[in-house]
Amino acid sequence: MDLTATLVTGTGFWNPIIWILAFVITSIVAYLIWRSGVSTYQKGTEQVKPYLSGNAEPEKNAVHIRGGNLYWGFTEGLKGYYSRLIPLHTGDLNDYMLWYFGVVIAVFALVVIFL
Amino acid sequence: MSHYAALLLAIPLLAAFAMPLFGLIGRRVRNTWAIIAMLATVAAALILVWEVLTQGTIVYAFGAVDQALTIPFDSGGVPIRILFVIDAMSAFMILTAAIMMSAATLYSISSESEQTGQDGYYALLFLLMAGIFGMVSTGDLFNFFVFLEINSLAGAALAAYRIKGGVAVEGGLKYAFISTVAGLFFLIAVGMLYGQYNSLNIAYIASVIDFTGLSLVAVVLMIVSLAMKSGSVPMHFWTPDTYSSAPSSITSLLIVSSMASLYAIFRIAFSLFGLTMNVVTVGWVIIILGILSMFIGVSMALPQKDVKRLMAYHSVSQIGYMLVGLGVGLAVLGDSQMMSQFGVVAMEGGIFHIINYALYKGLLFLIAGAVIYRCGTANLNDLGGLGHSMKWTMGFFIIAALAIAGIPPFNGFASKLMIYESVFIFNPFIAVIAMVVSIMTLASFVKVFHSIFMGPKLPQYEAVKEVPMPMLIGMGLLAVLIILFGLFPDLVVKTLVEPAALALIDRSGYIASVMGGI
Repeated sequence: MDLTATLVTGTGFWNPIIWILAFVITSIVAYLIWRSGVSTYQKGTEQVKPYLSGNAEPEKNAVHIRGGNLYWGFTEGLKGYYSRLIPLHTGDLNDYMLWYFGVVIAVFALVVIFL
Repeated sequence: MSHYAALLLAIPLLAAFAMPLFGLIGRRVRNTWAIIAMLATVAAALILVWEVLTQGTIVYAFGAVDQALTIPFDSGGVPIRILFVIDAMSAFMILTAAIMMSAATLYSISSESEQTGQDGYYALLFLLMAGIFGMVSTGDLFNFFVFLEINSLAGAALAAYRIKGGVAVEGGLKYAFISTVAGLFFLIAVGMLYGQYNSLNIAYIASVIDFTGLSLVAVVLMIVSLAMKSGSVPMHFWTPDTYSSAPSSITSLLIVSSMASLYAIFRIAFSLFGLTMNVVTVGWVIIILGILSMFIGVSMALPQKDVKRLMAYHSVSQIGYMLVGLGVGLAVLGDSQMMSQFGVVAMEGGIFHIINYALYKGLLFLIAGAVIYRCGTANLNDLGGLGHSMKWTMGFFIIAALAIAGIPPFNGFASKLMIYESVFIFNPFIAVIAMVVSIMTLASFVKVFHSIFMGPKLPQYEAVKEVPMPMLIGMGLLAVLIILFGLFPDLVVKTLVEPAALALIDRSGYIASVMGGI
């Protein structure tokens, strides 16, 4: 049982142990570089407060960006695609069955044509 | 001859039917019984898997004096008993189901502790598992149908178990309906084969099959019906409805149930029909279903606001990877050069992805359940800041989310890499779609992570604390396995996945394991 064996994927390979070693070494180097910098952070001062251009910090619920706001641009950009895709998900069991029978017929046709 | 194959069914069935009796004695006794039964089932499953991996395919004839005697002397050369044929592929599925069963049962001890009707809940849970174990072990088409029904009925009842203002009942009803229709057409297909070959045994039919017009209808009905049961696009519509309304521990088992249906597609395609049918056409049908599932699943997940519906669409997407991997293997089954060049690796990738998917998707559903357990909502617009109070759950989420997105060094990366590289040689376009889907998956889970765990601690969740220990143990078990499978992919592939792929390819070996025992 070789725990460090490389996974051969036909045209390539993958060895997570080597990857982790490389990751750890890179992280240590990055940490050492970061540590050699000048520390300006001071705990318990004004620095710890969020910088809001001098405005008072809003209530917590108002600060958090909600899940529904994320990827708005993505779905807006693909509006044409989503405006067709989402209505197909009707929630109606009759439609689910129609899709099933449609697929049965389509696959049957494909298998007969390319027999 | 060991009897672990029989125990694999007997223990969960006994556990299920005895559950209400133990429930009469007391809650603690019933929970203890559930854990003991779970441990015994998992132990039987692990020993059985070990036996298969060390000794080869196990054939178990129920009711025979010698369980290896598959064909009685007076049966005219036809296997007539209830047979379990457990090769490396079945063993792989048994292992997957056993792991998920242990995590879901432990998790349920706490997550369902405040709920009513726990006797019925655990009884149905064990029936569901008995159905899954039977589906992946049987060597008989009609028995497969019976186990499919047991699994479907228990699954539908569990999906509807917590009424939730009727939403769960609707989800359960939809699951019951599509399962019944799929089961019905599967049974019609079985009847077509029985009418031609006078047997229901997979190995026997495979040994005499002649691909007639009726067989063609049978293979189409079987594959499409099972594809609907596994949640493949465009027959996936039930998955968000059912997965989101079921208790989270049950959702993590329903995905194993869909994996069992996926297993059946490949058992039928590789072991039953094999090269007697046009494998290129059927392979491409499976690949097309896989591509549609990958892309439509993930693109529907992105705009979701309910965390469990989002995860359900990702389930659809992940099934696409397995369909593509094994579909490519099927499409090149008749070409030994392409098979050795990339077909076997594609199959291994698809099979490896089955267990990886079960682990991280099961974990993600358990995490969603933990969040709902503490906050009472699955709406991403209402959640936030839980990273302050649910640190373990957040840690498990990071592991599962990175695994499903195929980020190294987690297990999802290894299986996806195998699929990408092998499928790229077959058709680069499909590999590119698979990679794009991975990126979209990562984007989607960044959204979930931010919505649930990031941000300031919200006042309404000020009192929220970490979930109870049994729930953490259930989630932790899956998280540890995700890490281990990610760190030692070669070991998993060599020990479990490669034998499973070779068992699927070796149709004559499957036939000989039953028919050679005269």
